[in-house]
Amino acid sequence: MKVLTANRLTDGEAVWYANGGWAEIIDNADVAHDKAAEDRLEAIGATAYANNEVVDVNLIDVTVANGVVEPVRLREKIRAAGPTNRNDLGKQARPEAARAA
Amino acid sequence: MYRYDEFDHDFVQARVAEFSDQVTRRLAGEITEDQFRPLRLMNGVYLQLHAYMLRIAVPYGTLNSKQLRMLGHIARKYDKGYGHFTTRQNIQFNWPALSDIPAILADLASVEMHAIQTSGNCIRNVTADHFAGAAADEVADPRPYAEILRQWSSVHPEFSFLPRKFKIAVTGAERDRAAIQTHDIGLHLKKNAAGELGFAVYVGGGQGRTPMIAKKIRDFLPEADLLSYCTAILRVYNLYGRRDNKYKARIKILVHETGVEEITRQVEAEWQELKDADLKLPEADIRAIDAYFAPPALTDRPEGDEAVKLARLDSKSFSEWLDQNVVTHRHPDYAAVTISLKGIGEAPGDASDSQMEAVADAAEKYAFDELRVSHEQNLILPHVARADLKAVYDALVDIGLATANSNLISDIISCPGLDYCALATARSIPVAQEISLRFASLERQREIGELKLKISGCINACGHHHVGHIGILGVEKKGAELYQVTLGGSADENTSVGEIIGRGFSSAEITDAIEQIVETYLGLRLDRNEKFIDAYRRVGPAPFKEALYAGEAKAA
Repeated sequence: MKVLTANRLTDGEAVWYANGGWAEIIDNADVAHDKAAEDRLEAIGATAYANNEVVDVNLIDVTVANGVVEPVRLREKIRAAGPTNRNDLGKQARPEAARAA
Repeated sequence: MYRYDEFDHDFVQARVAEFSDQVTRRLAGEITEDQFRPLRLMNGVYLQLHAYMLRIAVPYGTLNSKQLRMLGHIARKYDKGYGHFTTRQNIQFNWPALSDIPAILADLASVEMHAIQTSGNCIRNVTADHFAGAAADEVADPRPYAEILRQWSSVHPEFSFLPRKFKIAVTGAERDRAAIQTHDIGLHLKKNAAGELGFAVYVGGGQGRTPMIAKKIRDFLPEADLLSYCTAILRVYNLYGRRDNKYKARIKILVHETGVEEITRQVEAEWQELKDADLKLPEADIRAIDAYFAPPALTDRPEGDEAVKLARLDSKSFSEWLDQNVVTHRHPDYAAVTISLKGIGEAPGDASDSQMEAVADAAEKYAFDELRVSHEQNLILPHVARADLKAVYDALVDIGLATANSNLISDIISCPGLDYCALATARSIPVAQEISLRFASLERQREIGELKLKISGCINACGHHHVGHIGILGVEKKGAELYQVTLGGSADENTSVGEIIGRGFSSAEITDAIEQIVETYLGLRLDRNEKFIDAYRRVGPAPFKEALYAGEAKAA
């Protein structure tokens, strides 16, 4: 399973494609379950890159357990949460992330 | 310290205006990311995991209080309240918005700072001994030469698109605190028999995936020939350095593949064409730059001896800090102070906005307005009257920066690692923090003695692990972090590259392994005076391998 991720052009914020737009947290990211869905996400990413909305666009591996999207690689886990030595920074420091945790 | 002249001001202002325009055009979608990336990199703007990162140049690590205060202001206004001091004596901010970068650069320009050439395949910030101008053992201040190199290398048309990045370091003392033998060019400022200043020139050092120790290609280069000789080296490199493979593009590979004799011959031949032309430095020009670095007027403060003696009796912790973080100054009434950015359990090299401001205040009040960033990721007050040491110490205690661990095992160099860096393969900061906490007792650290531990989160070796007495390299193996340990590295006048001791350790095992190595050293050292590195050089890796892996061999 894969989701589409990037960094927003204006401020570099890590974002994930969800519900027709770019969300600042991974929780509700659109999950591609097959090759066709991956291709669709990839095309969306290419368009957003071409439109100068985002940079560093990637499809990343995830798992979904109990409806929660979780990246497979540590690198992507850290992007989705924030620096592991600073729980007061990044997505993990946000109220909505705290509620989800 | 160096002050911008009219040319410098105009140059930096013009660059701010140019890059601001480029950012505006990028945000408006008028230029693509592929077009913009090389432009932003030339101005120190990277894209990391969570955000953009801005790396700001601190030429040869020298700052005044106004500049450090501005860095604190930037941390607070545009970032998340802290900055990270780097092994190139620079500072980087981890969270700036691209749209704020023009304003940040304008703020920096107002205090004579910029982010030019902190990235890209050009000549990077020239580093120097952080005790320059203060050290009792130097023949002359190396920074005027670093400044001459800065002026020469800034947007140098011939050397702005080299095969790969290029790093130069200068030391003015026999004892090398600037790690010159790990640089593309290392310069050791010295005097010849006639008392004239010049340089021993080293070429082809570097770390990364292929660590190499620089080779000395000239024992004495007169100071007037600094630029012509460096130009000759850069020309040979620019012409013959490999551009087909990024991993073989540094000058260290060229020197290694060509051989020292041949590369020396090529450089000398090129130099013959250049040495008597317009790159020869006029004596008056050198002395004019020298004048910018004239030491502050250090009035005699003989009351310092008594003041320090009394304060020592009064405070054991002050006494310990004095022994560990304060070094001899060329003026007997003064000292140079290391402000440790390695608080126990803290991220190495990080300082908060308010810490930066408080350190700037202390520099202004007690240290002639002068500060340094060390390549070991600490701050330095180079000139403090011994009579003021207790006041400085008290000010540092108030902001949590009085940890007395300079050169001890918790004074760790660490790259940002996978917590921030897009290139990293493993985390390094949490490893540094856990080791620091394991050895939290300063009494235990002092018992262990000088021990330089350096951690990199990938093979690019920004954390200098190859030259750590103990080096740790984090890699990704089968989806997990794995930490490889090297022993016996060193980045001083006896530079050596550490040797891999054996199989790597998981993040859960690495701190135990480091403790095992330290205990092994304590068990085999001849006495307290035999440092870790000296003991390792005497006994080699065998006892450490035995301690780390013997159990496994028997079990297998």
